[in-house]
Amino acid sequence: MTSMKEFLVLKRLTRWAVAAPVALALVTGLSACGSGDSGAAATAAPSSSAPAAPTSLTVFAAASLTETFTELGKTFEAANPGVKVTFNFGSSATLAQQITQGAPADVFAAASPATMKTVTDASLAGAPTTFVRNKLEIAVPADNPAKVDDLKDLTDPKVKVALCAEQVPCGAAATKALDAAGLKVTPVTLEQDVKATLTKVELGEVDAALVYKTDVLSAGGKVTGIDFPEADKAINDYPIAALSKAPAPDLAKKFVDLVLSQQGKDVLVKAGFEAA
Amino acid sequence: MSDPHLRARLVVERPRFRLDVEFAAEAGQVIALLGPNGAGKTTALRALAGLTPLSAGDITLNGLALHTLPVERRPIGMVFQDYLLFPHLSALDNVAFGPRCHGASKQEARRTAAAWLERVGLAEQAASRPGRLSGGQAQRVALARALAAEPDLLLLDEPLAALDAHTRLEIRSRLRRHLGEFGGATVLVTHDPLDAMVLADHLVVVENGAVVQEGGPAEVARRPRTDYVARLVGLNLYRGEADEHHVTVGDVVFSVTERLRGPVFIAFPPSAVALFRSRPDGTPRNLWQATIEGIERHGDNVRVHLAGPLAAAADITPAAVADLDLTAGQAIWAAVKATETHAYPA
Amino acid sequence: MLFALALIGMAFLVLPLAGLLIRAPWSTLPQRLGQPQVLEALRLSLVTATVATAACLVLGVPLAWLLARVPFPGRRLVRALVTIPLVLPPVVGGVALLLVLGRRGLVGQWLDTTFGFSLPFTTAGVVVAEAFVAMPFLVISVEGALRAADLRYEEAAATLGASRWTVFRRVTMPLIAPGIVAGAVLCWARALGEFGATITFAGNFPGRTQTMPLAVYLALETEPDAAIVLSLLLLVVSVAILAALRDRWVTTA
Repeated sequence: MTSMKEFLVLKRLTRWAVAAPVALALVTGLSACGSGDSGAAATAAPSSSAPAAPTSLTVFAAASLTETFTELGKTFEAANPGVKVTFNFGSSATLAQQITQGAPADVFAAASPATMKTVTDASLAGAPTTFVRNKLEIAVPADNPAKVDDLKDLTDPKVKVALCAEQVPCGAAATKALDAAGLKVTPVTLEQDVKATLTKVELGEVDAALVYKTDVLSAGGKVTGIDFPEADKAINDYPIAALSKAPAPDLAKKFVDLVLSQQGKDVLVKAGFEAA
Repeated sequence: MSDPHLRARLVVERPRFRLDVEFAAEAGQVIALLGPNGAGKTTALRALAGLTPLSAGDITLNGLALHTLPVERRPIGMVFQDYLLFPHLSALDNVAFGPRCHGASKQEARRTAAAWLERVGLAEQAASRPGRLSGGQAQRVALARALAAEPDLLLLDEPLAALDAHTRLEIRSRLRRHLGEFGGATVLVTHDPLDAMVLADHLVVVENGAVVQEGGPAEVARRPRTDYVARLVGLNLYRGEADEHHVTVGDVVFSVTERLRGPVFIAFPPSAVALFRSRPDGTPRNLWQATIEGIERHGDNVRVHLAGPLAAAADITPAAVADLDLTAGQAIWAAVKATETHAYPA
Repeated sequence: MLFALALIGMAFLVLPLAGLLIRAPWSTLPQRLGQPQVLEALRLSLVTATVATAACLVLGVPLAWLLARVPFPGRRLVRALVTIPLVLPPVVGGVALLLVLGRRGLVGQWLDTTFGFSLPFTTAGVVVAEAFVAMPFLVISVEGALRAADLRYEEAAATLGASRWTVFRRVTMPLIAPGIVAGAVLCWARALGEFGATITFAGNFPGRTQTMPLAVYLALETEPDAAIVLSLLLLVVSVAILAALRDRWVTTA
C-alpha cells in the first residue's frame, strides 16, 4: 500500500469524521472560490422583480451522493448567479431525523424510500420522485487476496466480509440480496455506513464487502467491483423531494428539476447510478 | 588505623555559588557543620548522601569510596529537617523500610523496627501514621528509621529546627544519648550554636561555601575567628596588630595578658565592657569613646549596642542604665578589663 | 455573577440528561432492556473499558513517571505526542490504528503472517482502540500528580537503600494514589463512551465488538426510542459504578 493511498483514505475519513462543520466549510469555501466571477455577474444582473429573493439553498443528501451532488451544485450556482448551495451530506436516517427535528433544509435526497418516508409521514415533504437507483456490487481489494468471484464465495468462513448494518440502507439491501440468493454470510463487522464499509476494503482489512456500485467507482483503482445477479433483487431507489417548509421553495423546486433533468441524469449515471 | 572513619572533600559548583569544604571524622565522633542560612551546609550533607552530585572531590567512609556509589548503595542513614516520614506507612513500617530494602524479610524487618521504636521510647506509637505523631515523636521515629538500617554514617539535617522550644530541650538530650551509642560517624548540620555545642564533638563552621573555622566546641567558643562565630558565641571580636602585651585595633590600644606579635584576634564578652559618662581617670588603654546605637533587654541585663571606632556590645545591669541615664545617640566612654580580653594569632 | 455563570454551566451539562429522561419511552422500557443484545453490549462495554483501563494503568503510569521524572532530550515533544489522541478525531485515531495494527498495517502485517492473528474485528481490537483514546487522560492526570508530589520522600527512601523500582512501588505510587485513581476513572469513563476509534478499528459485530455506544448509534438510525433507552442504561450503570468507586475511595482515604 503506498503512502499516497493511505493519505487519500485518511483524508476521506478525516472529512467524514469531523463531519458536517468541515464538510460545510469545504463546500462554502469551494463555492466562495467559484463565485469570484459569478458574484460580479450577480451585481450586474437585473434584480428588480423580487426584492428579497433567497440567495441560498440548503440540500440534505445521502452520503453516497457527495461527489455527484457537489458537481450538480456547481452547475446550479452557475445557472443561478448569486445563489449559494450548501450541502449537508450524511446518513439518510440521520438527515431524516434532523429534518423532522426542524433543520432548515430546502431539499432532501435520500438513499432509501424508508428514510424518505419518515419525512413525508411528518408531512414535511410532498410526494417524492425516485431519481436514480443504486445497485449492490461485491467490492474486493484491488489484488483480491481471497480470490472472490461471486456471492457464494462470501460464505466461506476463511473470507472476511464486511456488511453494512441492517439499520442503514446498504445493509438492508445486502440482507435482501443474500436472502434472494439463499446464502448465509457471517460478516466480521456490520459497519455504520457504506463509506465505512468501503474503507475496510480499501485498507485490505476485509476480503470482500457488499457496497453500492457508485461507491466502488468512487474508490478508483483501490477497489474492484464484481457484479452478481441477485443484486437486481435488491435495487435501492433514491427519492428526492423539495421540503414543504423550505426557506427557499422556488430554488428547491429548481434544484429538484435539475437533478431530474437529462443533465442531472448524465452526471449521476457517469458515477455508477442507474437511471430510474 | 591512622585513617579516619570518614574523610570528605566536597565541591559543588552552582551558577552563583561554590561549595568547597573538607573535613574528617573518627568512628563514634559527631561533627557539626555550623553556619548561617545559605552557607552550603545542607548542600554538603546532600552531597555526602549522594542526593546532590559532586562537581569534584571524594568521600571515603571506612575505606569505601562513597562518591562512586548511588544513593541507595551508600551505607548511610539520614534524618531530614522535616523528617519526611512516609505518610502512608505506620511508624513501624517507616522504621522497617530500611531493613526491608537491605534484604530483611517482612517479619525480620518489623522485629528490628519494633526494637528501635522501643529504644527511642515509642513502642506504643508503632501503629500510628506519621500524621498522628507529635513533632518530637516524629523526630524520634525519623532517627529510628535512619538508624534501623545500621548505617556507618549518620546524617542529620537541622534535626531540632522543626521543634518548639520546650520539646527541643528534651529531644536534644535524647538525641545526644543516641548519638553517643552510635558506632559510626555522625555529621549534623545546624545553624543553632547551642545544638552544635551540645551534640557535637567537633565543629566545622561554614560560611559562603567554605570552612572558616573548625575545632572542638570549647575551642571555637573561646577563640572565634569570624564575626559570625563571634556573634554565635556571644563575644566582641576584632582583628588587630600585636606587639608583646599590646594589641592595636584602629586607634584603640588594648593591654592583654598574652604575649604575641603580628596579626591577632582579640575577643571579650559584652559583660566585660564598662560604660562611663565622662572619661575615667587612669590608664588610657582599653578605653575608647563610642556612641550608643541602641539599648535592648538581654536576659536579666541590658545590652547596649555601641557604634564608633569599635562596634561593640556591652551588657550592664538595669540599675547602671538608670544611673548613667543612657539614651540612644548619646556619646559615652567604654572600657574593658585587660584580664577579660583574650588575644590569639589570626 | 459567579453564581449565575456556575448555574448556567450546570444547566448546560445537566439539561441534555433531562432531555433523555423526558423523552424516554418508559412504558416499553423493561421490555427493551430485557433484550439479550442490550445486555450483551453492556457487558462488552464494561469488560472492554475495564480491561483497557487496566492496560492503560500498566503502561501509562510508567510513561507518566518517565515524563515527570526522567529528563531526556525531546521530552517536551514526547509529552505533546502523548496527548495526540486527545485532539485527534477518534475516527482518525481508528484509521491510524488500522494503518499500524490492521491486517496490512506496519505491525499488524507481521502479527498476521507470524501468528495468524489480526486485531481488527476482535474484542481485543476494541480494547486497543479504547486504550489508545483513553490513555492520555490517565497519563496527564498521573503526570500532574507526580509533578505535584514531594520529591524528597523519594530521596528519603533512596537514603534508606531503596532501589528506583522499590521507591516507585513503595513510596511514589502510594503517595500519588489519588492522582492514579482520578486518572483511571477518567480513563475508564472515556473508554466506556468510546465510539469513533472503536467502530473504525474494531468494526461492529454484536457480542464481539458492538459496545453500547455503537449499539446506540445504530439504534438511532431506525429506532430513536431504543437509542434513548440504551443511552440511559449506559449512563445509569456508569454513574452508579463511579459513585460506588468514589465512596469506597473517599472512605478508605
